[in-house]
Amino acid sequence: MSLIEVSGVSLRHGDRSVIRHVSVQVERGEFFVIIGPNGAGKTTLLKALAGLHPLAEGSILVRQRLLSRYSRKELARILALVPQQINADFPFTVAETVLMGRYPHLGWLAVEGEKDLRLAEQAMQFTETIHLADRRLNQLSGGERQRVIIARAICQQSEVLLLDEPTASLDPAHQLRIMDLMERLRHEAQITIVMVSHDLNLASSYADRLLLLKDGEVEKVGTPRQVLTGEQLSQSYGCTLLVDENPLMGKPRVSLVSAKVATNTGIPR
Amino acid sequence: MRIAGCNPVYKKLISVTLLLSLLLLGTMVLGLTIGSSGDIGAAWRLLLGWGEADATLEVIVWQLRGPRVILAATVGAALSLGGLVFQALLRNPLAEPYILGISGGSAVGAILGILAGFSLFPGLALSSFVGSLAVLSLVLLLSGRKESNSDSLLLGGVMVNAFCGAIIMFLISVSKTAQMQKIIFWLMGDLSSVGVDNLALLLGVLPCFLLIFLLAQPLNLLLTGRESASAMGVNVAAVTFVLLLTASLMVSLTVCFSGLIGFVGLTIPHVLRLVLGSDHRILIPASVLTGASYLILCDLLARSLPSQGEMSVGIVTALVGAPLFICLLWRGRR
Repeated sequence: MSLIEVSGVSLRHGDRSVIRHVSVQVERGEFFVIIGPNGAGKTTLLKALAGLHPLAEGSILVRQRLLSRYSRKELARILALVPQQINADFPFTVAETVLMGRYPHLGWLAVEGEKDLRLAEQAMQFTETIHLADRRLNQLSGGERQRVIIARAICQQSEVLLLDEPTASLDPAHQLRIMDLMERLRHEAQITIVMVSHDLNLASSYADRLLLLKDGEVEKVGTPRQVLTGEQLSQSYGCTLLVDENPLMGKPRVSLVSAKVATNTGIPR
Repeated sequence: MRIAGCNPVYKKLISVTLLLSLLLLGTMVLGLTIGSSGDIGAAWRLLLGWGEADATLEVIVWQLRGPRVILAATVGAALSLGGLVFQALLRNPLAEPYILGISGGSAVGAILGILAGFSLFPGLALSSFVGSLAVLSLVLLLSGRKESNSDSLLLGGVMVNAFCGAIIMFLISVSKTAQMQKIIFWLMGDLSSVGVDNLALLLGVLPCFLLIFLLAQPLNLLLTGRESASAMGVNVAAVTFVLLLTASLMVSLTVCFSGLIGFVGLTIPHVLRLVLGSDHRILIPASVLTGASYLILCDLLARSLPSQGEMSVGIVTALVGAPLFICLLWRGRR
């Protein structure tokens, strides 16, 4: 029995069909990455998983129960969404922001007690943001801010983290830091990770399984080795991509091949 | 152990509320004791219950100054909180009921009510509420509801305000002279109306304060992003709707009683954010208490400054607030 079961789901933006008949399961404790070209509908699918996008067709079950049958707060205790950015027009402190994660667990007045403070502190230690506790959101770098958003989601104590390109616009060191954090969360807290990513190599290195979307439809689901083949990727992305093996990690490694070299060497598109 | 050692929000809430309540109490005493008639010492003795009370002074303090202080406190609190809410929901530190034209819309509604011969409640209150909602919808429409587009929001507000001003002038010029005098003075921001009605206003806006305070944490979440707030269990549409409606109701009620008093909702939240940060669970009660104290002081100043007849409090708040607005606008541009 899967933790999340998506069956025959179609999603629309107004008249435009964004996702068509997607069926996929996410298992408990899995590191699941959604990849695909721009406009494939990755983020829309992620939002639908968080219950933020109405379904035009099909159903999503979370713990064998229809997504639409949960109240917003109930759902927030199971699924935490990690958006790409956080609005810093109102410069809350890092501690205040992380504590907001307790909202789905609190009553009407949402006043946090000692236990909530302790959980926030743990989340901040885990994400190495504790030293930033009193800083304001608008004083942080991109990588720091991303870790604060993740700390807030951890503080939410949900079973699943839904992340929308958490490593976009970060340098390699910060990308690795975020991905290693995800891996630790999965191993130490048995948290299921569902992530949208544009970075095929990060996806290859960390994911248990990949979902390759194109034009709103499932192209392929499987392990990195099954999905990340030169033929499959070149066809889905419409450009020449070379896949070999990362000698240290034993995982598929994806390299870009310029159009000129591709024509000269005769690698098929 | 940084966080667990640091103060939980309720401790901060209690200390801030306590401190600002003392401030309010202090300004209330000042408002009761200082005035054009009678000496301050005698008024102090009256308040403390020392010695023989002078009957005239007793009437002045309790029946003239008392209701005025209550009115000033209520109006100041409502306007300041209204500004805080509009700034948060429109994501613009310069949004304020007066600048956005919401007060102007209420005034048009109220004047139409006066001309139609409505009584203060419910007729006038209702017509002024409808006026404020009309302007609010117009401003939201003009700004295209784009969160980042702060200039078009202000420009829309300024235009709506100018339009309301023209309608007000038009209505005044076609009305009878006796009504005209009254309307003009009330428009400039007038706290001199004396009576038990002032308590009715207080009773009307208190539930609004409470409702807004209950929505403080959802509002905080909303301010860090609509989608993530929604994913964390906040009903974003409902919270936004209720807050906009409550803030408009509060503002339109105060306009009915005291006319157009501008810039309180800009000055107070701005200063409080600098000192207290962004947590609206603290900012909301702080805005109420500080706004109340501020308008009592402004009214005291308006009453004490030498003038022909009486100076309206709207002049004082604009003299303080308008330069601050210009300052903020200038700083934001750089």
